[in-house]
Amino acid sequence: MRKDLLEFTDRGIYCPKAGVFIDPWKPVDRALITHGHADHARPGHGRYLCTAAAAPVIRLRLGEIRLDTVAFGETRTINGVDISFHPAGHIPGSAQIRLEYRGDVWVVSGDYKARPDSLSETFEPVACNAFISECTFGLPVFNWRPQSEVMSDINGWWRDNADAGRTSVLGAYSLGKAQRVLTGVDEGIGPIFTHGAVENTNAVLKAQGLNLPRTVQVTDEQGKEDFAGSLVIAPPGALGSNWMRRFPRVSTAFASGWMAMRGVRRRRAVDRGFVLSDHCDWSELNEAIAATGAERIYVTHGYTDIFRRWLEERGYDARIVETEYRGDDLEEASSGAEASP
Amino acid sequence: MKDFADLFTALDRTTKTTVKVAALADFFSSARADDKLWTIALLSHRRPRRTVNTTLLRAWAAETAGIPLWLFEEAYPVVGDLAETIALVLPEHGDADDVALSEWINLIVGLRDVGEEARKAAVIDAWTRLDRVECFLFNKLITGGFRVGVSQKLMSRALSKATGIDEAVIAHRLMGDWTPQTTTFDELILSGDSSDSHSRPYPFCLAYALDDGVESLGETADWMAERKWDGIRGQIIVRNGEVFVWSRGEELVTDRFPEFHNLAGCLPDGTVIDGEILPWRDGRPLEFQSLQTRIGRKTVGKKLLKDAPVILMAYDLMEDVGIDIREVAFEKRRTRLEELIGDADTPALRLSPLLAFDDWPTLAAEREVSRAHASEGLMLKRRGSVYHTGRKKGDWFKWKIDPMTVDAVMIYAQRGHGRRANLYTDFTFAVWKDGELVPFTKAYSGLTDAEFNEITNWVRRNTLERFGPVRRVNPVHVFEIAFEGIQKSKRHKSGIALRFPRMRRWRKDKPADEAGTIEELHALLNSSDV
Repeated sequence: MRKDLLEFTDRGIYCPKAGVFIDPWKPVDRALITHGHADHARPGHGRYLCTAAAAPVIRLRLGEIRLDTVAFGETRTINGVDISFHPAGHIPGSAQIRLEYRGDVWVVSGDYKARPDSLSETFEPVACNAFISECTFGLPVFNWRPQSEVMSDINGWWRDNADAGRTSVLGAYSLGKAQRVLTGVDEGIGPIFTHGAVENTNAVLKAQGLNLPRTVQVTDEQGKEDFAGSLVIAPPGALGSNWMRRFPRVSTAFASGWMAMRGVRRRRAVDRGFVLSDHCDWSELNEAIAATGAERIYVTHGYTDIFRRWLEERGYDARIVETEYRGDDLEEASSGAEASP
Repeated sequence: MKDFADLFTALDRTTKTTVKVAALADFFSSARADDKLWTIALLSHRRPRRTVNTTLLRAWAAETAGIPLWLFEEAYPVVGDLAETIALVLPEHGDADDVALSEWINLIVGLRDVGEEARKAAVIDAWTRLDRVECFLFNKLITGGFRVGVSQKLMSRALSKATGIDEAVIAHRLMGDWTPQTTTFDELILSGDSSDSHSRPYPFCLAYALDDGVESLGETADWMAERKWDGIRGQIIVRNGEVFVWSRGEELVTDRFPEFHNLAGCLPDGTVIDGEILPWRDGRPLEFQSLQTRIGRKTVGKKLLKDAPVILMAYDLMEDVGIDIREVAFEKRRTRLEELIGDADTPALRLSPLLAFDDWPTLAAEREVSRAHASEGLMLKRRGSVYHTGRKKGDWFKWKIDPMTVDAVMIYAQRGHGRRANLYTDFTFAVWKDGELVPFTKAYSGLTDAEFNEITNWVRRNTLERFGPVRRVNPVHVFEIAFEGIQKSKRHKSGIALRFPRMRRWRKDKPADEAGTIEELHALLNSSDV
């Protein structure tokens, strides 16, 4: 029997043949990184490899690191293992990582979203024998509405607030979700302000050619009256903090896949919850998995036990992998790197 | 049902009472009369009789969504609400012409008279015609249980705003044994003239917890104190020669308490008494558990009457010889109550004793011995206070005793549901017994969001074993578990059952081997024996 191309260790997903780890959570010599979110791109590794599109943000977040980049679809061969990165559609630059050795193909999805969002490189299914898939929203209760409808709700909320002289503060993950919202809002409604964490990320993404609307960073220079009728994009953690005191009359909202559940919506105690996720919903997950043609599926972070059983009933060799990825974007507040401006 | 769905969405989105009242008042000014009546009914927990059982609903929903039933059943606890789970798994349609709320309810009520196939067809047809919010509401109508954070107080205020009728008058008119089938909006709200008004209870006066020191209440001479009894709040009405017993949840429970049935012979017509229904024998309360055996039963057999007899511990009087005396000072109502109870001279009615005290320390000492009197603390009432409608700060306070506590080790963790579906919040705790950890309680509440986040991250990395959704974790974290009562239990492995267990503190300072023992719990058991 052939040895598995990838192993699951307490440092992360490991390819012994090539001597590389994928999104490891403990320091290793060589790390392949799917994307820049804090649970996937961690400090302390010897060498990093990621897509050219993901690199600027990773540098912003991790500082001085030894980082090498590849283009989407370009192949690097390490000790006979062909390694390539393919669009995951999660955030700009995010990749699935494909590893092939003597015809055996394994793909690590990282975080992914199968439907296009007009910002990230669109997800491409990659044929493989074994697919390691996240399943953050792997339950049939998660069914996203089209992005255009959600954006129209967000614009409607902002417009109503602007008409009433209120400031609209929207909590959105500073890398990915924030920019996705920015590309969909109607700039005609009013000025757009950003929290420092969002503005820093915007600057990096604009420099690499992304088309984002004009935004102004919130600073102590502005007075309360400057914010009337405006939209403010901030990381979720900022919403409950003292930072909010500068906005006089405010309506708060939060954009996340978790907002699909009334209970979670109410627990967040924001005025509005918009169901907008950078992860696959139920049908996307199922379609994406089918499109790989893989027989063996490893599921990680999410409702793994339920989703594994579902896949098994559909004829897959499905297994659970324990990882330290979080997958959901509700708890950004606890990540220090995100909360600071 | 569009206007009702919009009302629901508006109520659900806000925690601001002014916004809720405005949305309700708006609805009560513009909706159809029968929709208004049904809305009042639903928000006051009067719902149409269930005509489809939930087992069938689940099966039909799974079938319509094209998923196996087990998968639906797994998703349900994650969402935490059956009506919502169904609405979420079904594809969204929403091309219903605007069928009114009361028309949907009539359809649901009518399902009683048709066969299962016709029921199924009608329900699935409704699902495919309604949009997601409407579908959720439709399911709520079938399954019952609306919770949208609208208190009777808010509803009274909104109705008052929409009709111009005084809020306290509305609150009183909303009470009682009406259903949308037995009255109309005009009768109930506008004229207050329903046929069964002689059974109508008064809105209960509710107390606030005493948060500051008792000295903050000022002069002791202004206050009267009694024990806070641990039973079911009840209101006994004698009118037109009939007896009605109402629970605090506004449920008519007369049938369940035959002990009170002869009161029409002992009390004058037109008497309404407020008090606590307590299981009672040999001059003292029995365990609360024995009252629980009475709560769920519609018919009460001889054995149950003998095993768990009840009394009313009376503490207030709202109506005397047919006159509403709620505006009379508490002290005077109490004097009149004492006369009535004395004249009635029946074992079913007892007077909640007043505690004598000249200074606050004396009263504090009384509070300390609450458990020995099978009570959960003290009630403080201002001598000159009126009987308020609902909760008003300043006149009635509950001064509860501190809970019992034990330090316990977390051994199992499970994801929460509903609002906490993405966090590990449901934990099983153990104490030491002969060098081993024995589970004795579960607890779900008491930690901050930040603490739940922290423990969730930890659980994900420290799982030893999985049993379905339950994870066995490293037994290292110690939590202080607080609870209100402890009883022997044959159903639990540990031999004990706790009342209202919750996490009071995460004892990060304490290693697991210093957590509490089963002996400690048994000692508490003995000290609280009644």
